[in-house]
Parts: sequence; C-alpha cells; structure tokens
Amino acid sequence: MSTESIPVPTAKARAPREPEVLTGSGAILRSLEHLGIKDVFGLPGGAIIPFYDELMASTAIRHILVRHEQGAGHAAEGYSATGGQVGVCIATSGPGATNLVTAIADAYMDSVPLIAITGQVFSTLMGTDAFQEVDIVGITMPITKHSFLVTDPADVPATLAAAYEIATTGRPGPVLVDITKDAQQQSAPFIWPPKVDLPGYRPVTKAHGKQIVAAADLIAKAERPVLYVGGGVNRAHASAELLTLAELTGAPVVTTLMARGVFPDSHEQNLGMPGMHGTVPAVLALQESDLIVALGARFDDRVTGKPSEFAPHAKVVHVDIDPAEIGKIRIPDVPIVGDAKDVIVDLTHAFAEIADADRADTSAWWERLTTLRTTYPLGYSEPEDGLLAPQGIIKRIGELTGPEGVYAAGVGQHQMWAAQFIKYERPGSWLNSGGAGTMGYAVPAAMGAKVAEPDRPVWAIDGDGCFQMTNQELATCTINNIPIKVAIINNSSLGMVRQWQTLFYEGRHSFTDLNTGHDTVMIPDFVKLADAYGALAIRVTKPEEVDAAIKLALETNDRPVVIDFIVSRDSMVWPMVPQGVGNSKVQYAKDHAPEWEEE
Amino acid sequence: MSHVLSLLVEDRPGLLTRVAGLFARRGFNIESLAVGKSEIEGLSRITVVVDVEELPLEQVTKQLNKLVNVIKIVELDPDNAVTREHMLIKVRADPSTRSQILEAASLFRAAVVDVAPDSLVIEATGNSGKIQALLRLLEPYGIKEIAQSGLLAIGRGSKSITERVYKN
Repeated sequence: MSTESIPVPTAKARAPREPEVLTGSGAILRSLEHLGIKDVFGLPGGAIIPFYDELMASTAIRHILVRHEQGAGHAAEGYSATGGQVGVCIATSGPGATNLVTAIADAYMDSVPLIAITGQVFSTLMGTDAFQEVDIVGITMPITKHSFLVTDPADVPATLAAAYEIATTGRPGPVLVDITKDAQQQSAPFIWPPKVDLPGYRPVTKAHGKQIVAAADLIAKAERPVLYVGGGVNRAHASAELLTLAELTGAPVVTTLMARGVFPDSHEQNLGMPGMHGTVPAVLALQESDLIVALGARFDDRVTGKPSEFAPHAKVVHVDIDPAEIGKIRIPDVPIVGDAKDVIVDLTHAFAEIADADRADTSAWWERLTTLRTTYPLGYSEPEDGLLAPQGIIKRIGELTGPEGVYAAGVGQHQMWAAQFIKYERPGSWLNSGGAGTMGYAVPAAMGAKVAEPDRPVWAIDGDGCFQMTNQELATCTINNIPIKVAIINNSSLGMVRQWQTLFYEGRHSFTDLNTGHDTVMIPDFVKLADAYGALAIRVTKPEEVDAAIKLALETNDRPVVIDFIVSRDSMVWPMVPQGVGNSKVQYAKDHAPEWEEE
Repeated sequence: MSHVLSLLVEDRPGLLTRVAGLFARRGFNIESLAVGKSEIEGLSRITVVVDVEELPLEQVTKQLNKLVNVIKIVELDPDNAVTREHMLIKVRADPSTRSQILEAASLFRAAVVDVAPDSLVIEATGNSGKIQALLRLLEPYGIKEIAQSGLLAIGRGSKSITERVYKN
C-alpha cells in the first residue's frame, strides 16, 4: 500500500457499526475496564451474583475477596489514597450494602474518590420489603457526593462513567451505584464512550486572577504568615507546587492530620501538625499569625479549637475547591475557589512579581517560631510502670522503614503518635481516618494500599481496640499474597477514651479496659490469632526486642506480619488542646502550658 | 428573616429527599415548600421559604448547589418578585350566615368552589397577608378545614431563571 494514499472508508466501514449487545452485568465489567479500573474489593451475595459471574472471567480486573464488606470499603479507600487511582468496592444488597456504609461515610469526610457498586433486589420487588432489600441509595444520600439507582441495563455505561467523573473531579468523594438484579440480567446495546449528562455538576477549578493578586499582596505584606496546608493539597497532587510556593515566600508551613507528608517533615519551614495534638510551634504559629493562607484545609474543630478564639489577629486567605467550605467556619478576607494545584501555581507567579522591597520582613516571626521549636520539641517520657513507651516503638518503625514506606493508622492514641513521631517525606505515605475517626480503618486500608503499591513496605499502625474491629482481613491478605505489616500498639485499652477519662473524668475508666495486654488474661491472644491467619506473629515486651522485630517484619514478604507490642497503658498523647477551649490553652505535657504572648 | 429560594432541579427520583434531607441535617427549618414542573422538560422548580440569617443562608445555598441534580438556585427579592399562596377553606355556613360569608369572599376576590347545606369551600389566592386576613375574617363562622399550598414565587420583568441553563 502506498504511503501517499489516503484511506477512503468503504461503504461498509462508513455504515454505523451495530453496537455490541451485553447484559447489564457485562456492561458493568466492560465499563470498569474502559474506566481503567485494575483492582476491586468485594464480597458477593444474591443480588450481585450476575455481575460476579462476569467478573470471574475478567483478565483485566483483579477482584480481591474480602471477609467483611467494611474491609472492602476501607481497602478501596487505602488503594485510592495511596496510588491515586480510584478505589472500587462491591457488595450485595441489604446487609452487604449497609456494611459498606461506614467506609463510605469515611471516604466522604476525607474526600476520598471511591466508587461503591451494590446489587439491589429485582426492580419488581423493590418497595415490598423483599429479602435483603434495603434502600441503600436513600441511606447513603447524606454520605456520598452522589448516588445512583440503575434499573435499566442500557443506563449502566453512562451511570458508571458519571460516577467516575463525580468521584474523581472537583472535591473528590464517594459515589454509590446501586444496580437491580434484573438490570444486571437483562441485555442492552453497549455504547462507549457513553454520553454523560450532568448539567448540575460543574466544579470550579480555575480561580479569579483578581483574588490571586489580592492573596499574593497579603502574603507579601504579612509579618507573621503561615501556610495552613490541608488534605486538599494531597488530593490535588500539588506537593511539588506547594514546595515552590513555600520556598519562594519563606513562610512557615503547618500540615494538618490529612496533609502529613504533603510537605516534607525534614524541610526547615515545616513546623509540624497543628490542632488538638499538634506541635506547640504549629499550634501557636496559627494562633499568633497575622495571615493564615489555608490551602485545601477546612478549619476543622480539631484544628481550630474554639473557633471564636482561633487566630484572633490573623487575616485569612482561604483556597478550596469546594465553595461551601469557604466561610463555613471562618470568614476569609480573600476567598479563592479553585483547584489547589492551579491556585498554588497562580499564587506563586503572582508573588514572584512582587518586588523584594515590597515584601515584609519575617525575621522576627521566625525568631519567635525557632524559640518555640527549641523550647517545645515533640517528645515523650518513659512510662513509670517500666513497660514499653508506645511513642518510641512507632518512632522506630518510621526510622527503620523510612519515607518510602506507607503507614496506615487506626483511630486513637496510636494514630496521633503515628502522625507525630513518624517523619513523612512524600504524599500518599500517610493514610488515616481523619474526619470520621473510624476505628478499624488501618488493616483493610493498609491492604488496599499494598495492592496499589505492592513494592512498598506497608504498615498498619493499629491499636488493640481497632485491630479487633477489622482483623479478619488478615485472611484476605494471606490468601491473596498481600504481605502487609501490622504493629499493634497494645495498651490493653481504648486508649484515647481512657486518656480523656484520666484527664477530664477524674480517672473513672468506664468500660475502656480490653484485657488484651500486660497483666491481663490477654483475650484474644494476638500472636495466636495472627498465627491462625497465617501471618508471622511476634510479641514484643522489652526495649531490646523492638528493633529486631521491626527488621524481621521488614524482611518478611511472603506473608503478613503482626507484631503485638505490649506497651504501657498510662502513656498519653501530648501536646493537647482540651476540647472546647482556644488554642492558646495548649498544654505541652500534663499541667505544663507554654508561655504565651497575649498582645 | 425569611428568604425565598427558587431551585431549578432535575426531575429525578429521590430529588425531594435530597433537598429536604440537606435542610434537615444542616439544621435549617423549611417554612414552606412548593414543587412543580418548570417550562423545560425534565426540570422541576422548587420554591423554598427558609427562616435564616444571611450567613447560614449562604452556607445552605452552597450546600444545595453541591447536589448533583440541582441546576440553579436563585434567591428572590420580595420587592422584585410576585409571591402567591393558594388556600382552600371549608367554612361552616347556614342560611343565616351564608350571604355574609359570600360577601367576605367576594371582597377578597375569592371563589366559592363547593356548596353544601351547612358549609362552603372557598378558594383564595394571594400573598400571605391577604390569605391571613381572609382567614381572620372567616374565623368567627367556624373554619372546619383548610388546605394550603407552599409559597410560589417568580421574578418580575422579562428575565427568567431558566435562561442560560443549557448553554450548548
């Protein structure tokens, strides 16, 4: 064939090709493949069997059979939050679907892109209280970005494409697609790409130039600026852009619980985490600042303390992709609606245009912050009962694993210590349940992360309470060759609740003893339990055993590892701002408040 | 302070639950609600009256805007909008009072839509003030039942809230 010849379509090729006819189930599978989905987590049941029948034959999509649907949900979250690909979880109708609810709510609070696919009873049976019928679309309305019910196989491709678009664009979040069994069984022409019609969905990503210039001016004029960096910068994959802006402005950076790792901890401008258990320099930097530049952060109550007393002298530039976050808690002086990445780039350009002479001197501010940093470094004291200090163990896990590892935490004291004492250098290395505070997140989230990034060491830093909520996924990990490492920080109690009881309820430890740790019946015995799941199980009770156990865990990649670290139950998370008061009441340790400059 | 919001929404199952649920969970009380079709096929119009201050109103508007099926929200300024309520009133009426009631109704340009030996059903349309005044006037005769619509509202002048909804 000559290279100059222009191919002329034959009459046959020009005629519209008849679209392939697929069952609804086949259409679900084909749509997921077209959307680039590689891994899904789920558990079948009556109303989703037709789809599972298709899934069995798929070579493009790996399905991981979980032991509880909540595990599928958190695994999809961990998968999504680490790897940047959207997580997908699948469940049947009724209880299968309701078991996803906690994970969906979790993803909603932390803006995790997630697609939940649930089977629904036959459309002809809906509304009759049929077996395993639950109105999951109704149940999840307040905790999803959007939810769809599909009763016609012809609607499958467009609905899944819309779900993908909604979950991954704008402020990301979970989308639920509920598909009736008859829609899975019946057939319809499969058309891809489908026409996605979302007239009411138009996320704003590019900010107004005028606002950008105003914000850059405020930054230049500020004598005590702080970049208050939230999870939005993580979701926008804007770490590199943030680094440029921070270094150009020279402003101190605080990284919220959802933004740990977004800005390197080793960077001299990073003051650490703000909030209830933040570092003293980060808490007071916000409190004493004259300009807060909030980037993808939402002034959560765990960051602000009492909002009316939060950063009383600060002007605020608030950058968020969600207009509803702006002005919800704090009225900004310069509101900017846009994607964090685009806005940070624009801000950097605008700031660069401001002459050095017009930039305020921040040396006094840095002097103050340096003093705070030297006087109040993060630290902990060895427990008086002679047992292991949980903080030290977590710190060693971070040091021996390094910044290339992924760390997923449960919720409670161990979560705060993991946020404080592991040094994060890259986005996606820290996973946790920040907004919802879901105990049991760690093991399944670590599993999902390991599937997304099989070459990285992935730790679940868990508590003895959290671990008992979702440890069944160890079976999933062992059988599917997902060798995660679990560190149980076993203080034999619901530690954070116990801490509050110690501090604010006169030491009345009401129902917080779990009897898993030192000097108890140790039920369950985590070593035996982990062994039963086929994991390498190690118990650590002495300081000299800590490093060896962590190293053995790091060397073991043919099965999951569980280390039961028996620690003191009296260790507490410090610093702490008690609930309901201003951040100036931050305590460095029990009854030890830093000096505080009231103006 | 009461605010009148007009929402242009996609006519989808569960839409009203999404809108009403959002008001409830964010702690806003709906004073009045009216739902009907708009002039564009597939789009409905919801008129909501809420009693909130300026700032929380902004928050509820932004949250409503995030609902995927909500196309547009406009707050109608009462001075630049026509607002109407519709009410059916069943009032006790015997031969001795019937003519007085009919006279009251005609003063308010309300129509009698059903007559029985001992009652009348009166249909009235107007703004809230007019409807309330008519009710007060009829009260002494004995009101047996009322059925009232939510407030309907439309902006004055030639502009339409559905303009530029579908650009393409």
